[in-house]
Amino acid sequence: MADPIVVVGAGPAGLAAAARAAQSGARVVLLDDNPNPGGQIWRADSSKAPVGEAARWLQAAGNSAIERVNGARVVAAPAPSTLEIETFDGAREIRYSKLVLATGARERFLPFPGWTLPNVMGAGGLQALAKSGFPIAGKSVVVAGSGPLLLAVAQYLDTHGARVRLIAEQAEQSSITRFGLGLVRHPGKLIQAMGLRASLRPIPYMTGCWPTAAHGSGKLERVSLRRGAKTWDEPCDFLACGFGLVPNLELPLLLRCDLGETGVAVDEMQQASVTGVYAAGEVTGIGGLDLSLAEGEIAGYAAAGQPDRARALFSARASARRFAAALENAFALREELKALPWDETLVCRCEDVAFGRIRKFSGWREAKLQTRCGMGPCQGRVCGPALEFLLDWRTESVRPPVYPARIATLAGTSEPQPRS
Amino acid sequence: MPRDVTLTVNGARVSVPEGAMVSTAVAMAGLMGFRKSVTGEPRAPLCGMGICFECRVTVNGRAHVRSCQVVCSDGMEVRTDG
Amino acid sequence: MGDSFDVAIAGAGIVGAACAAECAASGLKVVVVEPGPIGGGATAAGMGHIAVMDDSPAQLALTTYSQRLWMELAPQLPADVEYLPCGSLWVATDAQEMAEVLRKKALYDQPGVGVRAEVLDANAVKEAEPNLQPPNLAGALRLADDAVLYPPCAARYLLEQSKAKVVRETAAELSGRGIRLESGRWIEAGVTVNATGAWAINCPVRKRKGHLVITDRYPGYVRHVLIELGYLKSAHSIATDSVAFNVQPRRTGQLLIGSSRQYGAEDTVIDTHMLHWMMQRVLEYMPGLASLTAIRCWTGFRAATPDKLPLIGPTEDPRLYLATGHEGLGITTSLATAKLLVDQLLRRTPAIPLEPYLPCREMSH
Repeated sequence: MADPIVVVGAGPAGLAAAARAAQSGARVVLLDDNPNPGGQIWRADSSKAPVGEAARWLQAAGNSAIERVNGARVVAAPAPSTLEIETFDGAREIRYSKLVLATGARERFLPFPGWTLPNVMGAGGLQALAKSGFPIAGKSVVVAGSGPLLLAVAQYLDTHGARVRLIAEQAEQSSITRFGLGLVRHPGKLIQAMGLRASLRPIPYMTGCWPTAAHGSGKLERVSLRRGAKTWDEPCDFLACGFGLVPNLELPLLLRCDLGETGVAVDEMQQASVTGVYAAGEVTGIGGLDLSLAEGEIAGYAAAGQPDRARALFSARASARRFAAALENAFALREELKALPWDETLVCRCEDVAFGRIRKFSGWREAKLQTRCGMGPCQGRVCGPALEFLLDWRTESVRPPVYPARIATLAGTSEPQPRS
Repeated sequence: MPRDVTLTVNGARVSVPEGAMVSTAVAMAGLMGFRKSVTGEPRAPLCGMGICFECRVTVNGRAHVRSCQVVCSDGMEVRTDG
Repeated sequence: MGDSFDVAIAGAGIVGAACAAECAASGLKVVVVEPGPIGGGATAAGMGHIAVMDDSPAQLALTTYSQRLWMELAPQLPADVEYLPCGSLWVATDAQEMAEVLRKKALYDQPGVGVRAEVLDANAVKEAEPNLQPPNLAGALRLADDAVLYPPCAARYLLEQSKAKVVRETAAELSGRGIRLESGRWIEAGVTVNATGAWAINCPVRKRKGHLVITDRYPGYVRHVLIELGYLKSAHSIATDSVAFNVQPRRTGQLLIGSSRQYGAEDTVIDTHMLHWMMQRVLEYMPGLASLTAIRCWTGFRAATPDKLPLIGPTEDPRLYLATGHEGLGITTSLATAKLLVDQLLRRTPAIPLEPYLPCREMSH
């Protein structure tokens, strides 16, 4: 029996790829590191079942031809067409005939004084935690940072009983209005975006506004915000703060996929530079839900040998891509954010390395060796994107394990023999 | 009928809805800090998706478990750092 | 332009940095050429163990001398060098290895050698290191003066002490005249020192690839540097791939885990097969490690010579010196290397005989 198509990541792109591949007759294995599928945007909410588009795709991925492996992380690629995955209790190797990388994105965190206090979280971070039961009802929240995600997070928190005090968006109003106008080419999105904003009307949405410091003793108590010449403190229980998204490129890099300007470089069939490997969704470039779905469907059809079905989706993908480009321009990060961290502000949270120590060096590698920033368990996933923005450093460098892994996994499962 | 799951956090009993992650249980136990950093700062979850490693706790004797990605189960013993 | 140097050193790893510091301390004007990060080669890749080893009398002399120099320097080392005097345990798992323990003890007790050594029986080892559980644990040799540190910061510290000018370009040619940079410019000096480690050309140095793993924090899991006696067989063999159990604590409680040796492997990619083999060997000694979390793996290249001793001294060109070939003992012997090098430049009487380390010595290939 031929090896299956393996899809890594059960967010929208991965679900779409798995569903289309299975519908085309292929055997599929769908891996995800969370206990439930859905990725970030369709993260399982412990308080209610999925609805709408999420429900439809989750249902489609329930196809019996798809083996779902949850709580599984790819840690290495030990041999050609082989992945090493680790679960809570064990490890296993999976061989694939084709691979679809749909590893999604994570938030970009920018450091500022006090950002390491408990209850300063990502915007998507607080939403994810709340979806898994974290108590937020009755708690006051400041949502800050950048991007449409802030609106979605504020709405979620608001409808789940949190008191959202305000949304601080660092982009200027004029920038976002351009985005809103750009949305006229995408009517469905305009309504969606306005719909979100409309329901949030009582919550102040302050553009050109960003956090400058978080304060508190042992945990967050208030946030300092700046808007133009004005600065003030906002008392709150939580700060949900994220400055856009960055693609999770570690596994594609480990597999030696070439990168383009925005993420993994792919051709029109979503094929990466490595034969038999496809990439779809945020990992090819941050672009939002519709683009992830279109790319996922194309990758699924293409991997399963259905190029005509894939081609039928090209125009939907093109349209979604234009939307994504407008989005990126509207929410570009402003220069003032580079001045947020003081010399004493920690940038590497794993090793407690302050900005002042790091910025003395001329590049990532030397800073890493001398300060150990980036050498902790997050493997640079938090501090790397921050330093790329703050200092224009290139911070990618990937070796297995792609995520921390148990020693037992690194020891392999078969009897070793010295090579003759 | 949604049921509750009961576990202990630093020896204290906590009940959470079925399907809730260990991070929820730690928060419900009233703990602000999940772990101590290399220089002794209290830390709590940041990313909620298993990449920041700030939410690490000890689960059933195993150290450095990311609490935001592990579902609570009855009788689970969770210990935080300090 | 106008700068004239007594010594030009190619390479700012631990050996180059130590040489720069000793040159400066001895009144020599020194320049260092290094295109990459300070301590970015084997210095960054290795464990950072300061260890006495007796594969040969010359190795014993060099490591004991250098260890004493580290102990003298220790109080001045800044915190980020993470100097930790944890001691080593050489672990014996059969009668033959235990005999080796006793042989070493007798050797180290000799007045001319004077290395602090203690023989532990199996029970004493279990008490000292509860997580060390090889089958047939027979005992161990405890060397209390062995230590560990974080090498890239040690290299930086030594370089800072030297106050040397550092030229951040690649050295294209080394000769008695000086160092020719890739850009074509010559750095002229009275004497040139090749401290480029595994990248040293025109000398009998070969790359010997190693793998290492570092874990998350498990304070107290291991207290000493732990090494199997078979490590010596691994380091001694000059032709075949090998692994040997070697685990070391870091001040934060992380564990550094090794070791492996390969010849002929010139790429930096993690070799899955070697990694599995190495980790399986380690699990034989510490089965409890299986459930601990590893954060990173990496590789590095040791600079190996045919007789396992470094090259410290002049080449056929009396103005071109070598300070390379330190294999797995670069950190340990860096300070003594620097002393012996400057002894030769200034015709000082060395603390130990130089002959075994001279580049022009007889070496089997």
